[in-house]
Amino acid sequence: MWAYFTRRLFIAIPTLWVVITVAFFLMRLAPGGPFDQEAPLPPEIMANLKAAYGLDQPLWWQYVNYLGNLLQGDFGPSFKYKDFSVTELIGQGFPVSIQNGAAALFLAVLVGIPLGAMAALRQNSGADHAAMTVAMTGIVIPNFVVGPLLALVFGIWLRETMFALPVAGWNNGALPNRILPVICLALPFIAYIARITRASLIETLRTNYVRTARAKGLPFRMVVLRHAFKSAMIPVVTYLGPATVFLLTGSMVIETIFGLPGIGRYFVQGALNRDYTLVMGVTILAASLVIFLNLLVDMAYAWLDPKVRYE
Amino acid sequence: MTSVLEIDKLFVSFATPDGAVEAVTGVSLSVEAGECLGLVGESGSGKSQTFMAAMGLLADNGTATGHIRLDGINLLSATEKQLNKVRGERIAMIFQDPMTSLTPHMKIGRQLSEVLIEHQGADKETGRRRALEMLDRVHIPEAERRLDMYPHELSGGLRQRVMIAMALMCEPEVIIADEPTTALDVTVQAQILDLLTEVKDNLGAAIVLITHDLGVVAGLADRVAVMYAGRIVEQGTVGDIFATPTHPYTQGLLACTPRLDVETEELVTIAGQPPNLQNLPTGCSFHPRCPHVFDQCKAQRPSLEKMPGGQARACFHAAMGAAE
Repeated sequence: MWAYFTRRLFIAIPTLWVVITVAFFLMRLAPGGPFDQEAPLPPEIMANLKAAYGLDQPLWWQYVNYLGNLLQGDFGPSFKYKDFSVTELIGQGFPVSIQNGAAALFLAVLVGIPLGAMAALRQNSGADHAAMTVAMTGIVIPNFVVGPLLALVFGIWLRETMFALPVAGWNNGALPNRILPVICLALPFIAYIARITRASLIETLRTNYVRTARAKGLPFRMVVLRHAFKSAMIPVVTYLGPATVFLLTGSMVIETIFGLPGIGRYFVQGALNRDYTLVMGVTILAASLVIFLNLLVDMAYAWLDPKVRYE
Repeated sequence: MTSVLEIDKLFVSFATPDGAVEAVTGVSLSVEAGECLGLVGESGSGKSQTFMAAMGLLADNGTATGHIRLDGINLLSATEKQLNKVRGERIAMIFQDPMTSLTPHMKIGRQLSEVLIEHQGADKETGRRRALEMLDRVHIPEAERRLDMYPHELSGGLRQRVMIAMALMCEPEVIIADEPTTALDVTVQAQILDLLTEVKDNLGAAIVLITHDLGVVAGLADRVAVMYAGRIVEQGTVGDIFATPTHPYTQGLLACTPRLDVETEELVTIAGQPPNLQNLPTGCSFHPRCPHVFDQCKAQRPSLEKMPGGQARACFHAAMGAAE
């Protein structure tokens, strides 16, 4: 198992290299550059700027240089946020995003799975329909609607009560400031996880081995927890891999609505500004997370289903 | 001898979008300790559902009425909790498909021992010892090693042996084997049948053998009940049924079974299709396929009548023949 784990980590290196290469050249294919403005800069200044950032060099040389710096852990300077290196920007923003994302993930799993399981066990009852309606609502209402709604309720309507919550700002990670963004971030994931859990558990409860477990005279609770639950979690785990990457790398919408200094906005702003190094930085971060979480998901499969064994 | 399991006028129906479907219609059966009852019929004849009802394992849309008594307890009116005391402990079931009937993510040992732990409050150590004993009893080689294996590491035949071992864990009074050999290779089928015979002889349990295969019944059963379209059409000792089948359906089934001692050019089949339970023929359900059909069969339904020798059948033609 550990040999497999290490081998997968080694395979990750060429994968990352491909991602870096494709991202690097795709970014350069986009028209415009990091120093384009509405009022064009005088050609001499532009030339100086380009020379300062090494953009006057041939593209392949820039690429080789970038890779060389990367190997030394240097992601380069940001073109737009002057005086900041990409490492600094990500170093400041990522902890915020990862904390919110992890809390949202935790909440989504903690609420989504029991909600879906409850719906499955009371299939077609009022509780089932209610839970699934709520879940469907959570999926169809976009978070740029839910965010302001939460702000309206907890920031304005409940302003004078004990339930009032700050609607913007990070405030050095004070707990009240985190509540609304985490809820807003988690809602659609709670909904998806609940729906997947429900469908999967219903299917598992119809299997022959669950029938065998019931024929043994085990209490139903034990049949579900011991014989059905593990298999039912396989689709949920499959979903959790990419969902976790999405949550941990921050959401631009949520971070903008709630004024959080995360990295979600860098993905969009970096690309719009042609901030080449910043885009590369967040791309590498996201790609690494995808690779790592896929590995974790594969490990989880082996635990959930003994037929899956890696050597 | 008194019967351990008694089924009295059992009706099982399933609610479907097209209306209720009656899968079992007024079936009465009983099995005695140490006896093997063979229940024979085509797919959809209600033979499995009869005993699914006894185990409380009908699908959610199924309802059963009538009485199923195990030593005085009416299983049909028992609560889930009461049923759980009985299932696995006093009445156990072996299912058709051993490939999918074991929990894939649990080790064999644990799946076996949990039966004993649940019903007799045994500790893990005792449960494991008993599991090992049972695996030995069903002749699984290297039983000790198998305890720590997952189901997918065993062949179909071995898995069915595990299922049988599981049924034996608490030495139940009744064992229901629902097509226990259907999903297995022919050579393995014979081994499993030998094993069931051994279990019957050693344990003194009542065995219900549900099958469509008369060959299986001939080797194992003491008594046979033949089901067609939810009803029992003929019942008797295995000797009577094979020597003097009286119902045309039983005769047809026997004719379909290839015999080594009779030279035939072609395999015989029963003409026509099994009936649609939602739209049963009038009168005797078998009449559209019956070679001896006459007017009365289409108008009236024959009831199961006991003949002097103990054999019973539901057939006007056979009754006429007997009267002549």
